[in-house]
Amino acid sequence: MTDQTATADPAPVKAAKERGQWADVWAQFRTHKGALIGSGVFLTIVATVLFGPYIWTVDPGYQDFRSRNMRHILACFSLPWGEIASCFTSPDTAAVNVTWVHPLGTDNIGRDTLARLLFGGRISMAVGLTAMAIALLLGTLIGILSGYFRRIDGPLMRLTDLFLALPLLPLLLVMVLLFRERLSSAFGPEGGIFILIVCGIGITSWMPTARIVRGDVLALKEREFVLAARSIGTRPARMILRHVLPNVMSPIMVSATLGIATAIITESALSFLGLGFPPDFPTWGRLLNDGVQYMQQYPERVVWPGALISVVVLSVNYIGDGLRDALDPRIRGL
Amino acid sequence: MLTFTIRRLLTAVPTLLFISLVIFLLLELAPGDPMAQVPLTVPPEVKQRMREALGLGEPVPVRFYKWLVQMFWIEPKVFIDWMTRDSWLLGWLPDTALYSGEQRVISWQTRSPVMDIIVQRLPQTLWVVGMAYVIGVLIALPIGIISAYRQYSVFDQVGTFVSMIGFSIPPFFSGVVVIVIFSVQLGWFPSIYDTTHRVVDWETFKVQISQMVMPVMVLALQTTAQISRFMRASMLDNLGQDYVRTARAKGMRERTVVLIHVLRNSMIPVVTVIALGVPSIFGGAIITEQIFKVNGIGQLFITALKANDLPMVLTVAFIFAFLIVLFNLIADVLYGVLDPRIRYD
Repeated sequence: MTDQTATADPAPVKAAKERGQWADVWAQFRTHKGALIGSGVFLTIVATVLFGPYIWTVDPGYQDFRSRNMRHILACFSLPWGEIASCFTSPDTAAVNVTWVHPLGTDNIGRDTLARLLFGGRISMAVGLTAMAIALLLGTLIGILSGYFRRIDGPLMRLTDLFLALPLLPLLLVMVLLFRERLSSAFGPEGGIFILIVCGIGITSWMPTARIVRGDVLALKEREFVLAARSIGTRPARMILRHVLPNVMSPIMVSATLGIATAIITESALSFLGLGFPPDFPTWGRLLNDGVQYMQQYPERVVWPGALISVVVLSVNYIGDGLRDALDPRIRGL
Repeated sequence: MLTFTIRRLLTAVPTLLFISLVIFLLLELAPGDPMAQVPLTVPPEVKQRMREALGLGEPVPVRFYKWLVQMFWIEPKVFIDWMTRDSWLLGWLPDTALYSGEQRVISWQTRSPVMDIIVQRLPQTLWVVGMAYVIGVLIALPIGIISAYRQYSVFDQVGTFVSMIGFSIPPFFSGVVVIVIFSVQLGWFPSIYDTTHRVVDWETFKVQISQMVMPVMVLALQTTAQISRFMRASMLDNLGQDYVRTARAKGMRERTVVLIHVLRNSMIPVVTVIALGVPSIFGGAIITEQIFKVNGIGQLFITALKANDLPMVLTVAFIFAFLIVLFNLIADVLYGVLDPRIRYD
């Protein structure tokens, strides 16, 4: 059809620029306002915790004994109207305990809150991303294996059901308590607990991904292109990598975004219960836990880390929502 | 249906056995020693005898078997005895006296039977957590129905946003925030849940209500967020169906169409989701109880874990697992009962 028009017309109307699948996805994703704002916020926070410590070079572990229990600089607004301006210009003489040296205040032994928040954000993000990667890897592997090879489908799905019936938070707590000492002596106190928490969250949260991927693979296996590939003698390994995996990418990506959110919340919950990272090694959950004792006098110590956790999780959830819409071919292009 | 239920019940047994084995083996690796606090002057052979009195010092399979017997044979006997002796429900029956002094599961912390402590703690958890769940569901259903009926209206947009927030704010932050606002700044509610409080008259009833408001609010926010989303999606699926148009064409009132025809059909998946959410609420109670200092079963778990009280940890974790399996079963059976199109056999 196009050939004929091309021969008839010496200067054919140039077809709209060739667009790949991912351009379509991006076009659909852009129409979801919440997802756009969410990814903006998420990227900003990631960039801040990544590059922030190079700009705000205060050591998060340094104890400034002269200025313990400083309020954040916004506490100036609690003063009477006339004193607010002078509080910002010369905080040393103000009635509240603030300073520009520590704009977000300090804790009870004089460590800078801003530096600790930046450093803690790195850890929380790293835990979220790594745990999500482990859970995704496990879930995709088990989902594809059980969807593709009928013989191991039954046992693998029973295993998934068993894992789904485990009480996850209690088991995670038990695991952390039992293996903390051993891993700490092997990899150092921070490295050991990082490995432990990341693996624990990964091992206990792969099941939903596995189920979704298995369902998709089962449907894909009946499609003609798979039959065609098989009829020219494609081996299973190549078939999975070349034909199956690219087609199940979209549910995997959606569960990846949601996985980050659950991993960050779980890590914070563990730290909040006092079974996460050691006290001198801040994460957002740990900072929240430390702040709870002082929340009557210094509510900001609870609010900063808690708000950061909530904002990250909220933005990630919105991104997941937008991705799900964008990757669904039935909605895309409408 | 009955055969399906029986088959599911039978498959639940190996699942529970496997889960208890996993938890048992995990705890087997625990580094702590319950004899660590015993003074060094105690001779080793006495220590060995104490160890045996706690049920230690035997090979792992034997101890696992003994725990199973204690949990599934001896504890039910104690429970039936209690039912026929002290409870108001079956107290009129003659005392069965099945239990005759066999070894029960003993806590290493208090050296008293684990189940007795759990029974003491359960009412607090059930009262706070159960109440929160019921309230959350009761709020969520109308929100979901209205959101779906007026899709993309202001109410729907706000509902979507609020439930997104409910999803995203973890309970350990929302709990702390409500304490800061309502307890510290406004001073309306106490921040600590007093479990020794007894309701005898109107005044004490008001105190009880005011101390329950905050934990219930925090837990209910999460429940509402999830269930209202499910309700909305399920209503939306059904509102576009042909039978709705038929009902309207027959001249039925809008209220009948929505609240009877559509609602009944949309409730089917929602009921199963509600059933599946019950055990996860108990897991979440671990955190909420820690914030509001409710001495329920979640707090018992954390203290036992920190004190290395392995029999207690094992038993409470098993109860959590049992609840999950039980409510999975209930959800499956309910699905078949409510939706006649679903045939399991």
